[in-house]
Amino acid sequence: MAEYKPPTTEAEFKKNFKQKKPLMNATEAFYESSRCLFCYDAPCIKACPTQIDIPLFIKQIHTDNVTGASKTIFDSNWLGNVCGVVCPTGVLCEGACVYNHQDVPPIQIGRLQNFATNKTINSEKNIFKVGDSNGKKIAIIGAGPAGIACACEARTLGFEVDIYEAKELPSGLNVHGVAPYKITNEEVLKEVEYLQKQLKFSIIYNTSIASKEQLKQLENDYDAIFLGVGLGKTRELRLEGEDKEGVIGAVEFIEELRMKHHKLVVPKRVVVIGGGNTAMDAASESARMGARKTVLTYRNSKDNMGAYGFEYDLAISAGVDSLFNVTPIAIVGNGKVEGVKFAKTEMIDGNLQTNMKNVFVVRCDLVIKATGQAKQGHLYDLIDNLDAGNNAIIKVNDETFQTSNPKYFAGGDAINGGSEVVNAAYDGKMAAQGIHSWLNK
Amino acid sequence: MIDLSINFGGIKSPNPFWLASAPPTNSGYQVMKAFDAGWGGAVWKTLGVPVINVSSRYGSVDYRNTRMMGFNNIELITDRPLADNLREIEEVKKYFPDHAIIASLMVESRTEWEQIIKDVENAGADGIELNFGCPHGMCERGMGSAVGQEPKVLKTIVEWVKEAANIPVITKLSPNISHITDPGLAAVQGGTDSISLINTMKSIIGIDLDSYAPYPIVDGKGSNGGYCGPAVKPIAMHMLKDLAQHPEISKVPISGIGGIETWRDVVEFILLGATSVQVCTAVMHYGFGIVREMEAGLRQFMEEKGYGTIYDFAGKALPNVTEWKHLNLKYKVIAEINADKCIGCELCYISCEDGAHQAIALSDDVTNRIPIIIEENCVGCNLCSLVCPVEDCITMIKTDDGTEHITWNERTLNDDIPTTFDDDRAGGKGHFVPKPTDALKK
Repeated sequence: MAEYKPPTTEAEFKKNFKQKKPLMNATEAFYESSRCLFCYDAPCIKACPTQIDIPLFIKQIHTDNVTGASKTIFDSNWLGNVCGVVCPTGVLCEGACVYNHQDVPPIQIGRLQNFATNKTINSEKNIFKVGDSNGKKIAIIGAGPAGIACACEARTLGFEVDIYEAKELPSGLNVHGVAPYKITNEEVLKEVEYLQKQLKFSIIYNTSIASKEQLKQLENDYDAIFLGVGLGKTRELRLEGEDKEGVIGAVEFIEELRMKHHKLVVPKRVVVIGGGNTAMDAASESARMGARKTVLTYRNSKDNMGAYGFEYDLAISAGVDSLFNVTPIAIVGNGKVEGVKFAKTEMIDGNLQTNMKNVFVVRCDLVIKATGQAKQGHLYDLIDNLDAGNNAIIKVNDETFQTSNPKYFAGGDAINGGSEVVNAAYDGKMAAQGIHSWLNK
Repeated sequence: MIDLSINFGGIKSPNPFWLASAPPTNSGYQVMKAFDAGWGGAVWKTLGVPVINVSSRYGSVDYRNTRMMGFNNIELITDRPLADNLREIEEVKKYFPDHAIIASLMVESRTEWEQIIKDVENAGADGIELNFGCPHGMCERGMGSAVGQEPKVLKTIVEWVKEAANIPVITKLSPNISHITDPGLAAVQGGTDSISLINTMKSIIGIDLDSYAPYPIVDGKGSNGGYCGPAVKPIAMHMLKDLAQHPEISKVPISGIGGIETWRDVVEFILLGATSVQVCTAVMHYGFGIVREMEAGLRQFMEEKGYGTIYDFAGKALPNVTEWKHLNLKYKVIAEINADKCIGCELCYISCEDGAHQAIALSDDVTNRIPIIIEENCVGCNLCSLVCPVEDCITMIKTDDGTEHITWNERTLNDDIPTTFDDDRAGGKGHFVPKPTDALKK
């Protein structure tokens, strides 16, 4: 089990957050690509939410046509480089590789994809073409993966595109939310810059769209609007003592970490609440920041966790402890967090029940709540006739990604409640095509 | 007790593993090192009037992650003075008196042949190999493959050499010819003691896409090279078979050359009639040490099969290599897929569908990726079993009961073969073929 010292320099931070999927060198890519069987009706393609023609790009890498490989990748997924490293490939393309049935390690598709696109991005080679102007304009709210993908696709279709972004950096969770051992900020931003340079869409930063007036203005100025707003802040748990100093949402914690790196101070004892992938990331990150003890706590059993098994294993290998079947009932401390009071839970007749007779306190200095993000319901309420159900998840047409208000299209976490970057990339691309066919009716 | 020693047309060697005349036998240092590593013989880099070589000499064909699957060179014969080579031959023989040193020779005039033969005999060479094979450079000057391609000239030179030589003579043949038996027979008629083959094949190994020059590039230009390595092995084995089955030529021993790298290659060449093997490319790739794997494998094979010497199984495959017309037309195999081993790549499906006989179907259930053999359509071509990446997943199962046997030859004699364009006796008549338009429904 790894033991991490608190990083005091950028170099130490980098060491603690060593890339899980490091960039391949040309030799490794050559050998790895040679292993691909080039399956008929390849299962890896089917397992990719964006349906990249994986055997084709692998063959292109092998024949030293890296530019061609990148074209194949970007043709299906505008965030091909990022997805190569942040995608949970073990449950997607690589999980579907037929080699798994032979007890042979699957092709490292993600790293090969990253190898090709990284090389092309660094070469600054122009591989995209802006479509002939069709005289129409699209506003995109949110420069996350869905918004960027929508912008790129729309530009190839000849639209003018403006993206409105509340923060000062593009690509949403790729810079603010993905664990630093999965990708670096430089790599994320390089890809967006590469796309933007060729496809020439504009991003208006530090501009939050949050009022009815702003929306009306957009509706007047643009022919269609794409909502790629993702999710909001971490949801309140409504626990006694939740307002104490030292209680933070996982999304906020990770964002701070991504921005501050080694300058973020993580105390000695950390409790993470939640059983999803974000909880795993937060726990793993806390351990890598040198917390002496990080305890991952989940109200149900290990088997019922939403997180992928490999994400849990990663956290455990970073030195995280775990407690299952415990639910927080209060945050204790005198102004500052001193611990979390938990009650044991048990499954009775298919219902998870809290046993208030079995209560204990886990001492800690920081509580990270990874219990889901709030939806952007406040925004949806401002849009006329926007159907976001009763759970603030926008409803869209499966193929066109058009919402109940025909002028609005949506994709990414805003329509799925929180999923992978690759899903957002697919949605954004398809929404641009949806907008195109709607406006050309 | 296994005895690997050979007597190859009068040349004795502790084992059949020889280095072919090539860069690995350029010097006494290399040959000494090779003998020390376990090689039984070495055919010295061709001696003659020393040449001037170019810089940039080799090129290779890489297949997927396999480097040097095919290899070519534009290097000529030795560029070292004869006296240096002779001195080193003498010195190596002193240390390894029981190992075979064969001097490969290539000169022009009869006088030169007589002179150089005397020289190498004096140096202690155990035999001579006549290089009638080099297909690059030297052939432009009337030597090498230029001789190998002219059986009459070849025979004449063999006669000169045999008249002058007191040690055994091997004639090395060029594969750059229509019928290998023509130069083979000429060599035997000229009196050669043995034959070796193949030398390299004329080749362009690749073109540089920026300078538009063939590899290996010499200042922006290139020339045809001699092709060798694993890629040429099937061609070499076929030519070996042609010679070994020939009633006259097979009276002399044959040394097999061409893509030999492992013990399996060695056994295959011996089964086709070779009684010594020569290796170059594999040594240029991996060094002299590969002989250990070759020897261990050969011994293991012989032990398992109960052979005492290589002569016990030399040529054992020859009776089974026949003409097509003698194959049993009633023999029938059908592909069988082991569902437990299948990993669902569907390569067998698409290869049969697009490249063969549409005898494999996919399941209607999209979650089931195990293809299904359509037995009535399967002609037993083997393609699916060849593309399958899993060992023993697709096997070809014999379905005829073995009671019937008829060959094309027999049917011809019985006057029972298709003779008109639309003859009812066409082998594929009645065999299922989808309608052309069915292709568009896929």
